[in-house]
Amino acid sequence: MTPRQPGRMTARAALAGLAAALPAVACLAQQDGRQDGRLSGSAFMSAETREMQADDAANPGMLSVLDGEALWSRKEGAAGRACADCHSDAATSMRGVAARFPAFDAARNAPVNLDQRINICRAEKQGAAPFAWESPEILALSAYVGLQSRGLPITAGEDPRLAPFIERGRGFYSLRQGQLDLACASCHDDNWGRLLGSSPIPQAHPTGYPIYRLEWQGMGSLQRRLRNCLAGVRAEPFAYGAPEYVELELFLMTRAHGMVMETPAVRP
Amino acid sequence: MTGAAAGLVLALALSAMPAQVRAAGPAPAGEPAYAVVGDEIPAPLTGQPGDAARGRAIAASRQKGLCLLCHSGPFPEERFQGNLAPDLAGVGARLSEGRLRLRLVDGRRLDPDTIMPSYYRTDGLNRVGAAWRDRTLLTAQEIEDLVAFLATLRN
Repeated sequence: MTPRQPGRMTARAALAGLAAALPAVACLAQQDGRQDGRLSGSAFMSAETREMQADDAANPGMLSVLDGEALWSRKEGAAGRACADCHSDAATSMRGVAARFPAFDAARNAPVNLDQRINICRAEKQGAAPFAWESPEILALSAYVGLQSRGLPITAGEDPRLAPFIERGRGFYSLRQGQLDLACASCHDDNWGRLLGSSPIPQAHPTGYPIYRLEWQGMGSLQRRLRNCLAGVRAEPFAYGAPEYVELELFLMTRAHGMVMETPAVRP
Repeated sequence: MTGAAAGLVLALALSAMPAQVRAAGPAPAGEPAYAVVGDEIPAPLTGQPGDAARGRAIAASRQKGLCLLCHSGPFPEERFQGNLAPDLAGVGARLSEGRLRLRLVDGRRLDPDTIMPSYYRTDGLNRVGAAWRDRTLLTAQEIEDLVAFLATLRN
């Protein structure tokens, strides 16, 4: 859709007011180091929620990370092999890995997200059954691997083989859908910073997944969050793992290229 | 009303309309048709006058009207109000009932880029969830109730 410049200007003006109230906005812009106007979802949160995320002792997502750390060393499947048996210390081997997912998988000739990559490893290297979507185990392992990219820039989308998939994700992002006939872009490009029923609309940069969402009282993946938005506009959700979701994830991560990873993020 | 009868009514309505008639609204399945004149739908969608009290409840409802997700308005009891769209205070003084009606029925006729949903339309939509497919956001009578309520917001 065509960007609506007047709305955009007003949203910018609204955000200028928000920036005055929230020191984190300026702080995050500096962290990103690009000053290009892109803002993490944390810039739109209350000070309390930002503090909860920043303090590992208070961040509920860290409990999932600890579970993931234990799973990393647990022998699994017919092969009786742990992640650590091949990948050794995650702090070294997984550094920056989550920041480049979804990544191109040559065998499937398509992008796979981190959860899918973990389950591929389980099937092919451990001889283990896949973890169910949104299960505590897959979220824990993703959070643990994700933590190894915390503070690093997002690098997703650099593989040229991803180009057609990124474009499909972009198309989906701009497609008006559902009974309310809204595209992702209608809110997150054209109206970010404004209030939707008193909640500020963020720019939809997935910098901190899996996240601990206060509304869920639990951890969840980006696909769970996308399903929430699709349900909100009364559109038909896809099954977890559907190519459409992975392509949208890929587009969003590419759009956030260079922004700083925050996993495990806390969101309202 | 059968399709043929609806078409006849529509044809009669059109033939009686002045030259500025731009388009006849497609009636959503099973719902009454309407006629757009300029930037208004001058005639009510139903024979039963709108009920402003019911309209207020629809406007505030998070399941029905969803208005306060985007608009703020004179609803002191509602804490969560959006600011994506103009304040509803005074909208009854700014817009005639016919203009309010068209903006609710299908505001995209006036601005194809608007984020305001078309509350009385089922065509031209993508990937509508099974629970909502082929259903309008509001019924004709609910639109009339909302128009009646919004018309009372005069300052």
